[in-house]
Amino acid sequence: MPRTLASGSSQNGRRGGWYSPACAIIMATVETRSLTKRYDSTTAVDAIDLAVREHEFLVLLGPSGSGKTTLLRMIAGLETPTSGDVLVSGRIVTGLPPRAHNMAMVFQSYALYPHLTVAGNIAFPLQAQHMARDKIDSKVEWAASLFGIGHLLARKPRQLSGGERQRVALARAVVRDPVAFLLDEPLSNLDAKLRASAREELQQLQRRLGTTTIYVTHDQVEALALGDRVAVLDHGGIRQLDTPQRVYAHPVDRFVATFIGSPPMNLVASDGMEIGFRPEHFLPDDVFTADASLERFPLDITRIENLGADRLVYGVLAPPQPPVKVISRIPCTVNVSPQPGTRHMFAVRRADLHHFDTSSGTSLSVAEGVT
Amino acid sequence: MSALSATLGRPDHETSDTPDDDRRLGAMMLAPALIYIALLLGFPFLLSIWYSLTDVTVGSPMPHFIGLENFRSVVANPTFWQSLRNALVFTLVSQALVVVLAKALALALVRDFPGKWLVRLLILLPWVAPISLGSIGWLWIFDPVYSIINWTLRAIGLFGPNTWPIWLGQPDLAMASVILVDVWRLLPLATVIILAGMQGIPQDLHDAAAMDGAGFWRRLFRIDVPLLMPVMLVALLFGIVFTLTDMVIIYVLTRGGPYDTTQVLASLAFFTGIQGGDLAEGAAISLFLFPLLVAVVTLLLTVAHRSEVT
Repeated sequence: MPRTLASGSSQNGRRGGWYSPACAIIMATVETRSLTKRYDSTTAVDAIDLAVREHEFLVLLGPSGSGKTTLLRMIAGLETPTSGDVLVSGRIVTGLPPRAHNMAMVFQSYALYPHLTVAGNIAFPLQAQHMARDKIDSKVEWAASLFGIGHLLARKPRQLSGGERQRVALARAVVRDPVAFLLDEPLSNLDAKLRASAREELQQLQRRLGTTTIYVTHDQVEALALGDRVAVLDHGGIRQLDTPQRVYAHPVDRFVATFIGSPPMNLVASDGMEIGFRPEHFLPDDVFTADASLERFPLDITRIENLGADRLVYGVLAPPQPPVKVISRIPCTVNVSPQPGTRHMFAVRRADLHHFDTSSGTSLSVAEGVT
Repeated sequence: MSALSATLGRPDHETSDTPDDDRRLGAMMLAPALIYIALLLGFPFLLSIWYSLTDVTVGSPMPHFIGLENFRSVVANPTFWQSLRNALVFTLVSQALVVVLAKALALALVRDFPGKWLVRLLILLPWVAPISLGSIGWLWIFDPVYSIINWTLRAIGLFGPNTWPIWLGQPDLAMASVILVDVWRLLPLATVIILAGMQGIPQDLHDAAAMDGAGFWRRLFRIDVPLLMPVMLVALLFGIVFTLTDMVIIYVLTRGGPYDTTQVLASLAFFTGIQGGDLAEGAAISLFLFPLLVAVVTLLLTVAHRSEVT
């Protein structure tokens, strides 16, 4: 496992200094044991074993219909699993109401109570705990200041912008010191610019609070940027659970390889298996140094997109390779200018090649123990 | 919008008589409803105002203007005041019950369970059945000799040999009985209205409240009821208007008796104007309902509008 206990505890130490007295550190692990959810004939979540560590930011990444939201809702207690168990800090909470799970959730729609003010929204979970009024006030103030929404407390949700609503939803989640945060695509309703800054804030916040977090998204950029670990889901099962770096650099199968990365990994059938290589590794062969160990591919270039920082070169492999459509991503710092309509020799370093079993799709590279 | 684009696209004189001109189309669409209201509601309303200012009776249909004489005699009549009081009790008690029960019923019906459609259909039946037929059914249920309630309760031992309530013959029981029938009658409509309103609340809000640790009562009174307030007020408004103006239940079950203890304004107007033949005074009584209803409607619509959140 790439993450050592030592790195985890050093983060704890860093967090310790930050804490305000209003907020207690709650240590919690969240675990599922062969958790399964079936609807009639379809299996939404198929016997998932998942262990989320204390303080961890775990991202559930998958296409729509992969079961990630159902998994999250079962962990929250909003859905009853067909079989299997959910454990919070080792205690089985399966079948208990959400209240007993004591987790806070941020919904994609934010789910703010439209008839309550911002202050009323943030105070709601505390009122449900029958907390004293003056204590509620100070906690609401603390949570609002954490997100810079102190000046909005008297407003109703409909008077807020998307970004402000999202902060209110986060403040409502943070205010009651839950054992874990569950975030269901919390950034997907924001525009691109806001999303990038919200992503950064979210990560900083989680690092500071140290609360175990499970984050559902279909956006691989969010997943790779935010997660301590990323669980890639497909058809109700976890295909790979690893650090973002390893999920990207060492996908365990063809699904993970093509789902993560934009543009996706190129796949070429060769010698009874499939060779995969990422577009940014697939460059004109004159770019590489002479001593590099290369796999060469002649490419008929069909189209070039200039994205500013990169150029995307679309083309079809030429004989002797099978005629497969592939993409190359050339950084603007590389001084070559292939032209559409021409044939150009492209290459990939052998170390950057991935090998997949044609029928099962599992990676042969990982099995070989490639670092 | 289409008028605007038409104006932009063509010279002005062409737009005024094109078939998709919004103002003409709007007027045409509104016309049937307006004509209907004018003929069936406006005309009788104006007629009753005119009648109330005359001495017209069934026997002498030539009206003579006598000013506010009818209103003076109505106000002097203790039966009128009793009817007004009865109408308010009848309406307020039955509608309070309807709103609470409809909300409870809607809560039960919003969940999924086998045979849900059948239960919904059965609950709607009292509303679909003609009010007079339903009331006649209740007349038999409350019958002084054959009352199925009394016989059943005696059979299971809850009524002793000397207990035999005359449901429609004892003043308090009679009022309770007509209220019961009114609740039975209006519950389906209110339930369906509230059910529709509940389905308009996003599931995320219920989930969020559950995640926030709110129990059943907190979710009900802090989330559900405030969000449903506009819809519940509309249901209440319908109920109040239907109950205040309805006389069929009273007419069939008690005819206002015993001793006018269930007499309401609508039934009193009917008995005075049609059966008693004094059209002018009947019209005057019925007109007392008008300011009452206007006040109720204005109040409820204002509150409903204010409690809208989105």
